[in-house]
Formats: sequence, C-alpha cells, structure tokens
Amino acid sequence: MAVSVDEAVSTGPARDRTPPVRRRSGRGRSVLEVALLTVLAVVMLFPVLWMIETSIKENRDVYAVPAEFIGFTVTMEHFKDVFVGPDGGRSALSVAFLNSVLVAGASTVLATLLGVPAAWAYSRFAVKAKKDQLFFILSTRFMPPVVVVIPIFLMYRQVGLIDSKLGLILIYAAYNLPFTIWMMKGFVDEVPAEYEDAAMLDGYTRLQAFRRYTLPLLVPGIAATAVFALIFSWNEFVFAIFLTSSDSVRTAPPAIAGLIGGTTTDWGLVAAASVVFALPVLVFAYLVRKHLIAGVTLGAVRR
Amino acid sequence: MGTVAAHGLCKSFGKVQALDGVTLDVPDGSFFVVLGPSGAGKTTTLRAIAGLEKLDAGSVHLDGADATGDAPAERDLAMVFQSYALYPRHTVYENIASPLLARRCSSSEIAAAVERMSRLLHIERLLQRRPAQLSGGEMQRVALARALVRSPRAFLMDEPLTNLDLKLRVEMRTELTRIHRSLGATFIYVTNDQVEALSMADQVAVLKEGQVQQVGTPTEVYERPANQWVAGFVGSPPISLLACRAEGDRLVGAQGWTLPRPHWTTAEDGRALLLGLRAEDLSVEQRGHASLSGELYGLEPLGDRTVVDVRVGTEILKVKARPTVTGTPGERLQVTVDLDRAHLFDAGTGLSLPEAGR
Repeated sequence: MAVSVDEAVSTGPARDRTPPVRRRSGRGRSVLEVALLTVLAVVMLFPVLWMIETSIKENRDVYAVPAEFIGFTVTMEHFKDVFVGPDGGRSALSVAFLNSVLVAGASTVLATLLGVPAAWAYSRFAVKAKKDQLFFILSTRFMPPVVVVIPIFLMYRQVGLIDSKLGLILIYAAYNLPFTIWMMKGFVDEVPAEYEDAAMLDGYTRLQAFRRYTLPLLVPGIAATAVFALIFSWNEFVFAIFLTSSDSVRTAPPAIAGLIGGTTTDWGLVAAASVVFALPVLVFAYLVRKHLIAGVTLGAVRR
Repeated sequence: MGTVAAHGLCKSFGKVQALDGVTLDVPDGSFFVVLGPSGAGKTTTLRAIAGLEKLDAGSVHLDGADATGDAPAERDLAMVFQSYALYPRHTVYENIASPLLARRCSSSEIAAAVERMSRLLHIERLLQRRPAQLSGGEMQRVALARALVRSPRAFLMDEPLTNLDLKLRVEMRTELTRIHRSLGATFIYVTNDQVEALSMADQVAVLKEGQVQQVGTPTEVYERPANQWVAGFVGSPPISLLACRAEGDRLVGAQGWTLPRPHWTTAEDGRALLLGLRAEDLSVEQRGHASLSGELYGLEPLGDRTVVDVRVGTEILKVKARPTVTGTPGERLQVTVDLDRAHLFDAGTGLSLPEAGR
C-alpha cells in the first residue's frame, strides 16, 4: 500500500533527467477525445456539482420536481447558517469545523513528529528483526476502525479520554503512525546514507547530520505523507461518532451526519456544510502540490 | 602526527564475513594503499577506521590512543567517498566550508580556507554552482577540497578516481601524489586498480575476502608476492602459473617439460609446486639457457607491446613481446625463461616458498 502511494508521488531518482513526454495541446486533441473526456468529467463531477447547486438553492427549489438545473434563485442563506446559529451566535457546525481543524492538524503533526525519526531509524540502522517489526507496524492497520472501536471505547472510558479532543488526536495519530513510518521509510531510503556519513566526518553528530543534510531532502516526502495523514484524520467518521458525543467536542463528519434525520432535513444546510468541509483539504493539497510531485533528491551521488 | 593502527578488525553483515581479522599499521605521513578486488572488504576497512561501521571485534588506534568506540566526528579524519557524497542542496562553496562550519570557524577564516582550496584544485569558477551542475571530474575535485580544507590526522579515500575517465584519472593520480607530498599528511587510499596502487603508494596492503594477504612497498608486493593469489592479482597481464615439482637439479613440469632448478629455491624434492612466471620475464624473441617449448595460441596486440599466448601442454603462458611480433596459431615456439626472476609457490597452501640468496 505505502509503496504504491510512494511511487505515485515521487518522481523517482534524480538521475532520471529525461523530460516528461509533452502532452499534445488542447487544440491538438481530437473531437472524440474531447467528447469522451467531457462525458467522464460530467459523470465524475456530477455529485460535486449537485452538492454545490443544492447549497445555493432555496429550500423550495431543492424539492422541485422536475429538478431545476438552472434558473433557480441563488441564496447564500445556507452558508450563513453553517457558521451562524439561530440565536445569532456561533453555530454548532462552526464549532465542529474548528474541532476538525484542531484534531486533524494536531494528530497529523504528532504522527509526523514520531513517524519521520522512526522511518529514518528503520532505514539507516541495523535493527534486530527489522522486517518483522515493520510488518508488525503495518499489521496494526489491517483492522478497520469499526472492529476496534468498542475496545477503544471501553479503554477510553476507563482513562477518561471519552468525549475529548485529546482522545481523538491520540487515536488518529496512532492510526496514522504506521502509514507515516512506511511511506517515509521509502523516502528516506531514496536519500543516500553517504550524506550523513560525510557530514559526520565533517565533524557533526549523527543527529546534526540528519537535521542539516537529510531532513531538507525529505521535505517533499514529509509534505506528501502529511497530506495523506491529514485527509484520513479530516474525513474520519467511525471513531469520531463513537468516541465523542457533545457538540463542543464533535468533529465535522459526525456533526454533518447529525443534520440528517429528525422530522425534516435541511438539505441546503447539509450541502453547504459539505462544501465547507471539502474545501480545506483541496486548498491544502493545492498549496503543497509542488512538494507532492517534486523529486526527493537533486542528485549529487554517482551510483 | 597521523598514525593509524587497526588491529584484528572483524565485521560481518549477516552471513557474510566482510572483515576477518584485518590488521594495518599506517605510519605517519605515508601514502598507504589498500588494494583488493571488489568485495574484499576494502571499503569496510576504511569505514571502520572512520568510525562509520560498528566492529564485531578489533580496535582502532589513532596517534597511539584507542579510538575504537569514538564517534566519527571525534576521530578527526577526513574522507573522500567513492560517490563523492556532495550535499545536493548546497553550493560548492558551502560543501567545502562544511567541515569548518562544524568546527565553528569564523566566516573570514572559512572564506580564506575555501579560496585557498579552490585555487589548489582549480575550481574557483565553480564555487556558486550546485553539485548537479558539475561534471564527474569537477565533483571529484570538490569532494577532495572538502576533505583537504582542514588538517585532519589522516585522509581516507575510497576509490576516489574510479568514476573518472581514463585521461582524467591519470592526471588526478599525479595531482594526488603532488598534494600528498606537499601536505606531508597520512593518506589511506582504497582502490581495486593495481596501477594506482603501484604508482602512488609508499605501502600497499593487499586484501582478499576480508584478510590481509601482504603488506609491503609496491616493489615488494610485485617482486616478492607472499602467495600465489597476490602474484596473480598484481601485475598485468597476470602471472602464468605452471604445476611442477623439484627433482634433483631440475624442475619437472606436470605437462612434461623440464627446466634447470633455480639456485635460490630451498624446495625439497617431490613437493608439489607452482612455478610463477611474469610476462616480462618470458621471451619468444631471445635465446637463453632455460626454455620451454609450446605452440602459439593467440596474439594480443596492445599498441606498445604484444602479449603472446603460448600453450604448453594444457597450460597457457602469457609472454610479453615487441609489437612487431607475428605468427600463426599452432606454430611451434621456444619460450625463454628468466629463472632468476621466477617465483615458486607451494601448490597446496599457495604460499611463497622461502628463498635463499637471490
């Protein structure tokens, strides 16, 4: 799993300097290609489009039969409702979004802080039964959250982590750590150990050598790994719904799910909340896109 | 000062015994070459001295003090890696400055030292480039500059010339010898190229499968190889080895030939021996009192000389001849042997036999 992800985001060793095959420009595309791509795009993007449309429709237009694709009245009411409560104060949803940012951010930082040094150690040092240890680490991801959530629930109740943001941060970090170690190990393996050897002979300690000369080369890998960890934590639903209950602690996924049900469902609000929920990851991935596709080393080692 | 003493180094990687009791004594100021084929444990030896490998057994003494457990930074050694290991994100200037930066030198000191080094190695123009923008030879010079920029106890070099093309390699060989002479520092130089070893070294240690076969001056290693393996590894074309035994005042070959018994050998009669003959000590052009007869097997023209392969029974002799030599395969030939320069080895142990008054 980690290997395929790794391959998908790194452009491979730097000695491969052949430029990517140039795509034919838009004008050069055949009519058939354009038609097929359009069909594909419409099919893939329809749910997203529908979500965005619903979020800016008035409620009576949402239920209109036949559905109105164009020509409905545009309203921003739903987006206002996402952030502002009925009493004029902060809405429960906006609190949930803040919780999501905090929980996803903190758990990603924690998993990265623990995972990167671990990956470096597994890559660089002769560790006893290294393969078995790595397999054990990976095996903790074999079980889906829903299988372990009951025991976790019972343990959390014992230690008082139930219905707390810290509890969610810890479980997400624990869940992301194996993935971080595996993916980062691939990136560390790509950086020749000789840089550190050379730095140690220059007079640095092993940790200084890592920090000065290896860590900067790992930044693209760390960015890529962090994005995946962040997406997992941001989208996570099962742990969140089982381990939290109060509005002040809940993250966005269970909070949005909680909008559905009861006597009536405000579909406009659900759609608007979903749009707001989808945006941060998109923006973040866009910001680090350069790192996601950048190679790991610039290449000064002859092999 | 810069003496390096490694005693009984042992290191295994899984089931592979990379070093099996390697002992080297490198005197201060010498150009010490560790020579051996790939996989002999040369690089591991160097890394063990540098403190980059944890040893299973053995000790490393630097200037007489035990440094076995010391971190690389504490050993005050500089190393040039085969891959050069230049920091890719840093400029040439920053690469060369790195050892001084680690020692918290002032920036004016660093600037002066880097300038001096770049002038010595002719890389002044390259200081603001990054390693990816350098050619192989330039990278090699920068790696050398990074090692030479300070004055460590000793310089460790791991096949620094291997990745260069032939012309540059010959140039750098001379250059390195010059630098060694001008610095007067201790160099430990690892290579699998016997020409490099013979031309540059004060002392050569020949390594095979993690064991030191012989330590000596280039002349000693070439003229008096400790065993059959060293004789075969050092020298090009390789030494020819013929199975034989001593009988009275004659050497009798397994292929039926006889030669006069060399006066210097102490081998007792009947012992299974190997006669080692170097290509330059054999001739198809001159006549002498000791000769072997065989047939021409092949010609290898090398420009300045031709190597003539002569078949004696089922064994092949490599003979050095003038480039003008001609012949047709199958033709009968007499090969003159300079027995004063021949070598005798025990066929069982491969060890060189004790000699008396050569």
